[in-house]
Amino acid sequence: MRPLDPRLLRYARASRWYLGATVALGVLSAVLIVGQASLLAYGISAVFLDGATVTTLMPALLALAAVTAGRAAAGWAQETAAVHSSAAVKQELRGRLLAHAAALGPGRGPATGELVALVTHGLDALDAYFARYLPQLVLAALVPAVVLVRLAPADPTATLTVAVTLPLIPVFMALAGMHAEAANRRQFRLLARLSHHFLDVVAGLSTLKVFGRAGAQIENIRRVGEEQRRVTMRTLRIAFLSSLVLELLATLSVALVAVGIGLRLVSGHLDLRTALLVLILAPEAYLPLRQVGANYHASAEGLAAASSAFEILSSASPSSGSAPVPFGAIAFEDVVVRHRDADALRLSTVIEPGSVVALTGPSGSGKSTALNVLLGFASGDSGRVTVGGVDLATVDAAAWRSSIAWVPQRPYLVAGTIRANIALGAGSPDMSDIVQAARDAGAHHFVVDLPDGYDTVLGDDGAGLSAGQRQRIALARAFLRDAPIVLLDEPTANLDAVTAGSVMGAIRRLAAGRTVLMAAHRPELIALADRVVDLTPAGVR
Amino acid sequence: MRARFLLAVLAGAGAAGAAAGLMATSAFLISRAALHPPVLHLMVAIVAVRALGIGRGVLRYAERLAGHDAALRALGRTRIKVFTHLAKVAPAGLAGFRRADLAQRLAGDVDAVLDLLTRVVLPYAVALLVGAGSVLLVGALSIPAGVALALGILLVGVGVPVLQARAARRADGRLAPLRGALATGTADLVHGLPDLIAYGAVEARLAALAATGAELRRAERRSGVLAGLAAAVTTGATGMSLLVGLAAGAVAVRGGVLSGELLAVVVLTPLAVFETVGALPVAAQRLAAGRASMRRLREVLDAPSPVAVPDAAAAVPAGPHTLRLDHVNAGWLPGRPVLRDVSLTLAPGDRVALTGPSGSGKSTVAALLVRFLDPTAGRATLGGVDLRALDPAEVRRVVGYLPEDAYLFDTTIAANLRIARPAGTDDELRKALASARLADWVDTLPDGLETAVGEHGMALSGGQRRRLALARALLAGFEILILDEPTEHLDDETAAALTEDLLAAAADRTVLLITHRPGIAALVDRVVRLGAEPQRRAAATAARTFSALAGVPVGSGQVP
Repeated sequence: MRPLDPRLLRYARASRWYLGATVALGVLSAVLIVGQASLLAYGISAVFLDGATVTTLMPALLALAAVTAGRAAAGWAQETAAVHSSAAVKQELRGRLLAHAAALGPGRGPATGELVALVTHGLDALDAYFARYLPQLVLAALVPAVVLVRLAPADPTATLTVAVTLPLIPVFMALAGMHAEAANRRQFRLLARLSHHFLDVVAGLSTLKVFGRAGAQIENIRRVGEEQRRVTMRTLRIAFLSSLVLELLATLSVALVAVGIGLRLVSGHLDLRTALLVLILAPEAYLPLRQVGANYHASAEGLAAASSAFEILSSASPSSGSAPVPFGAIAFEDVVVRHRDADALRLSTVIEPGSVVALTGPSGSGKSTALNVLLGFASGDSGRVTVGGVDLATVDAAAWRSSIAWVPQRPYLVAGTIRANIALGAGSPDMSDIVQAARDAGAHHFVVDLPDGYDTVLGDDGAGLSAGQRQRIALARAFLRDAPIVLLDEPTANLDAVTAGSVMGAIRRLAAGRTVLMAAHRPELIALADRVVDLTPAGVR
Repeated sequence: MRARFLLAVLAGAGAAGAAAGLMATSAFLISRAALHPPVLHLMVAIVAVRALGIGRGVLRYAERLAGHDAALRALGRTRIKVFTHLAKVAPAGLAGFRRADLAQRLAGDVDAVLDLLTRVVLPYAVALLVGAGSVLLVGALSIPAGVALALGILLVGVGVPVLQARAARRADGRLAPLRGALATGTADLVHGLPDLIAYGAVEARLAALAATGAELRRAERRSGVLAGLAAAVTTGATGMSLLVGLAAGAVAVRGGVLSGELLAVVVLTPLAVFETVGALPVAAQRLAAGRASMRRLREVLDAPSPVAVPDAAAAVPAGPHTLRLDHVNAGWLPGRPVLRDVSLTLAPGDRVALTGPSGSGKSTVAALLVRFLDPTAGRATLGGVDLRALDPAEVRRVVGYLPEDAYLFDTTIAANLRIARPAGTDDELRKALASARLADWVDTLPDGLETAVGEHGMALSGGQRRRLALARALLAGFEILILDEPTEHLDDETAAALTEDLLAAAADRTVLLITHRPGIAALVDRVVRLGAEPQRRAAATAARTFSALAGVPVGSGQVP
């Protein structure tokens, strides 16, 4: 795993200035750490050996206060910058993800649940990545360097000790990490199995009680828990061993340095002030490196979320043509759509302007797929669709869709008012137009019966409305759109006979004077058609 | 467990103490060395520095091992405690819990105990010991420096967490509604994508979502100010302790109260102490989550038992038994009676059908008869003895129950059957399978009785699951058997064949058949009909929660 995904800088501009700010603050922090150490070393040595009083020490104390204030301010700024940039990066990625999912169209993007989870909760894992891991990473690179630069002229011997042992830490960390990861995976599988067993027993508790076996399971659970503890401890003994080595490396290096400077002090090769400086700074060089490991999990989760976002963003969206919308007959020319190595649709037919054509056939014969091809939700694997002789692939997709009114089998009602649902995609039309569309669709009477009428806010996906009512809202949408082409996808399939009958009237009114292509199953719908195209595969017929 | 945890705390305190000691001894060593004494006079300090350097790593290793060991033991005990209680009150005592929620309590919340011990209690206990020790050490050398160190530790260990908790609460209040709006809007966009694209409404939706997102971003930025403050206070407190230590030390040295070679000890020891204390704010952040988990577990452990277990249970009279309900009222949730004034008699050898619309309390009757539930009025008797005077487990030796959604464990066919008779031989198992008309099918399986049934028995068809559960109920040899006929997931033909096989297989027992089937009268001696009570909805809810445990989804374990 790379600590910083370069795609993050590419896709989220806010991460660039944040990285810059973090490096600047990291340099500032490192300099202040060195400054604090120098002041402390000076102060102690001045009081101990040079007889300094609080008064003569005052400039140093004030400087120390200033350095402390500076470190606090840098800490505050770092944290604030992390929150700001994390918020900005999430906002940017959210926007890109949603726009990209929309551009991909239905069925081509990621699974809806996955996308919703990623956009809402998944990206929040970036908070810890930005606030904890990234700054720590920068500090781990900067602080040791600055410390070594400060130490080198003062005490080359100690500098050498630190410089030699320091690189061992990331090396050991990488080795330990690799081992720990494999052990963790094994451990995780085992825990999942034990946890599964526990839940299985609990889920079947009533059954166990019926057979008088619930009590016998307590011993079983105890044994399973004991096994889990034993195996976990075995893993941990090894896993913690690697951090033991790290700790030993860091503390022993400091002890080594301390004893070394002590001995050189005695022999007079070093003065107290330098010795104290080395003593204070040496642990500071190791600290950020050790803390990077502690924040490993924050980094892993954040980067995993970001990585799934980038995967979605890097998938190619279908291209749209730019030609103006032509007028004329819609022709399916040997269109074949394949899905999972089987034909989802095979169709050659011409739909003249103003005609009503019904597609029939068993489910799976491609009725909806044919409509999806016209909407651009599916594309043919071979053949083409032309309108007035112009290849549909060259036509501006959004403009083409604006000439279509689509009524699906199960229309989706967005969160919002009934008025907004009828006016979907129509901007803000006159209320009178909305009411007229609702009247045409046979929806007006039940809408005005609702407590808030057209301003009634619908629940999740139209919760509170019956299937027939939802279908009539969708028909009102189609009436308001007043498009020359109407696509109906079995609009009565989910309705009982009585409701279907009442919706049929609206469908007849909608079809009048327009080009209609419909997927149809019910006889009353088929009766509406000038022409029926049977999609039943040849072998089945 | 307690001893081990204490060991972990001591080892941790030793490790952190060694770190502070390493700094203090090094500071002393260097100060002493600056006076150019003979090297021999430094040997003790030199050895101490090396020993502390090694000791810190080793003790830290011991702390983590002992801490995790103690926490894992605590985890196991909590699990057993929760399970023992669940076993006592299930299923009726759990009617108030939703199924996903209960699963969360069992998987996540029990594991959270481990987190709470190793990542909150342990660091705080260690910090408390080391903090107190170093305050005493520094305070003994210079009182003002000791006071400053104590204040700094309190500020970081207590003040910052309080500040953080307040910031988190405030931020949640502001952010939660916006996050909710964003989630709703996103779900709406993704699910409604076909309609939105077809009607050219995507751009407007994206713009609306972007506006919500921008508002969320502003709110997050506002909440960041306080988060930054916590970081600033931690750094500031450390710096101030050092500053006060140096100033107070200078005064003390000039005043002759403090030996000059101990000045570095006063000033620099806090540096190492704050390395330990500085981790407390992060630990405290986990406290809120851990406490919420503990509270949820406590709610489960506090769920009262729905049946009274008598101190001195009466002996179950000798069979054959008559099972009787006498004008009983009963319900799953307090104040929501499902059954009102219901009477029913099952004489030895009776075959009775119990019918009624869904929600009329059929499952409640079954629960009363196997003592998953006690009546709130009236009484239930077995052989003339009130069930409340009997040990519930003894009642269930006589009365068996095959619920509508009988549970199959994720193990083999044989292991599922042996729940009814642990010592059952393969022949006995086959006989029970034959009675349930499943033996022929099992014989065709390559692994026979050792075939795994999958999670919730999902490797079997609905009918096979049902027959296996029936075979298990038959194998237990209950004298009285209550059979709840499944209504879901089975087509009519399968269900009808099952009912007939079910009655045939239980030919020699007393049977109460709970059914929806019209025309059942021809197959039984008598039909008892439960009327629809006004409390229909409550009963339906209760019936669902009754099976809640059976549908607990399986979570995954966490690596500590």
